[in-house]
Amino acid sequence: MAQQKTLEINMGPQHPSTHGVLRVKLELDGETVVKAEPVVGYLHTGIEKTMESKLYYKALPCTDRMDYLSPMSNNLAYCLAVEKLMDIEVPEKVKWARVCLAELTRLNSHLVWLGTHALDLGAMSMLLYTFREREQIIDIYEACGGQRMMTSYIRIGGLAHELPRDFDKRVREIIKTFPEKMHDYEDLLTLNQIFINRTKDVAVISAEDAINWSLSGPMLRGSGVKHDIRKANPYSGYENFDFEIPVGEKGDAYDRYKQRLEEMRQSLRICQQAIDGMPEGPYRAHVPGVVLPPKEDVLHKMESMIFHFKIITEGFTSPRGQVYQAIEAPKGELGFFISSDGTNRPNRVRVRPPSFINLASLPALVEGRLLADVVCAIGTIDIVLGEVDR
Amino acid sequence: MSMAEQVRELLKSRFGEAVLGEDDFRDQQSLYIDPEAVFDMCQALVADADLDVKYLADITSVDWYGVEEEVRKGRFEVIYNLYSIRHKYRFFLKARLPEDKPEIQSLTSLFNGAGWMEREVFDLMGIIFVGHPNLTKILTPDELEGHPLRRDFPLTFEVPQFSWNKDDPPEVIR
Repeated sequence: MAQQKTLEINMGPQHPSTHGVLRVKLELDGETVVKAEPVVGYLHTGIEKTMESKLYYKALPCTDRMDYLSPMSNNLAYCLAVEKLMDIEVPEKVKWARVCLAELTRLNSHLVWLGTHALDLGAMSMLLYTFREREQIIDIYEACGGQRMMTSYIRIGGLAHELPRDFDKRVREIIKTFPEKMHDYEDLLTLNQIFINRTKDVAVISAEDAINWSLSGPMLRGSGVKHDIRKANPYSGYENFDFEIPVGEKGDAYDRYKQRLEEMRQSLRICQQAIDGMPEGPYRAHVPGVVLPPKEDVLHKMESMIFHFKIITEGFTSPRGQVYQAIEAPKGELGFFISSDGTNRPNRVRVRPPSFINLASLPALVEGRLLADVVCAIGTIDIVLGEVDR
Repeated sequence: MSMAEQVRELLKSRFGEAVLGEDDFRDQQSLYIDPEAVFDMCQALVADADLDVKYLADITSVDWYGVEEEVRKGRFEVIYNLYSIRHKYRFFLKARLPEDKPEIQSLTSLFNGAGWMEREVFDLMGIIFVGHPNLTKILTPDELEGHPLRRDFPLTFEVPQFSWNKDDPPEVIR
């Protein structure tokens, strides 16, 4: 009797646990995954190509739209790359404000991850709590840049505007109330037997494999590799801050869960230090012809108005060369590679997308495991399909 | 000895001629190499216990179409972004490929992570990685012809259809 041994099924693209439009081709033997092949590209919008056609300034809004859960990190990485290319030094205050905003972004991204990951595993109520806290952070974004998600607030050479007047108060409010909320999350999940059963020893990856798969961020640290770009190659003044790098032991989904929770605590510590030590000063570097002059000056000073007009219409020319700047985004190493041919537009912009490269390791995480673990593995990678496909 | 010197030393002593040049624009070490040697170089770097370069952060490519003096060296540039976690050191290997034969050896047998990176470069820039187990399109739709990130691929936009242009369907690149 001819018998088919394995069954091929499609998970997604429209599956709620795939966080967007990810399709996974699964080959099953009973309930065991024999082969898994992620298929991406459903959201490909050619952001890299679009950025090549724009002036350096005008390419900035494209970056928010990749990883829409951490817009400030994307802005920061792009601006740091252009600043490196143009050799611009930004004022101290800008550095501190950027660090604070980048850490709030990490909270934002990890909160959404926590809510959706728990939701995937059946803990419905988490999402309601995490989105409640996320709201506070989104409100700060709104106060800063006027938008709740696509902020484009961090600009080349500084910030778009002065920080809002109550920025300090709002951030302190989050720092004060957040640890208590984190207790609630831990009460709901950390010792929850169902959660532990679903995540412990699931989606395990060893330290060597994690490095070999080029994983980054919590995926790498969850396996016990102590690597964080904020400490290893500090940017934007991270060397002034005191924080720990949490690492996991086994590299399973539960380790990564604890890892991310601990990262949130460290982010709060960094926010506290940034708010306490924020120096006074201008919110944008003074580099005529490259960095836009402050809006107040544009309205009152002739030269500023001319520079403003010139930068907006024809941009600035850059030296020929190639730069790469990586930051520790919430999902891992986010890098911008800019190749310039000496004109006012980049010749090539390459984004090193953390979730794309982390997602590539999905087969290694799930093959030989049960079908139900695939959902957990996708959740624990923390993907945003907008960034995977760009 | 600094990391930059060590890397230079290792590659120069083992591969000599294949290292064509070097620059340190904005304090980033870039080594220009012969594309033939890329696999052996990476293998030597991974195997060297002192350097401990085990992390391939990224593979990307640049198309120099339209920039005369760069195209003479080879139209396509493939850039390997390597990192040593222990030494916290990043450097780049850059190889030039001619327009008529954009082929380079695949690194998939050294780094698992190279699989998708190479597929992406193949899909968007049309560079063929010899020895890749599954070199297929990854981001663009199957019916799209050409490689969008090449500079001579036109940048187009799609006109949305409204009642006033419904009889005049917009052109879509296939």
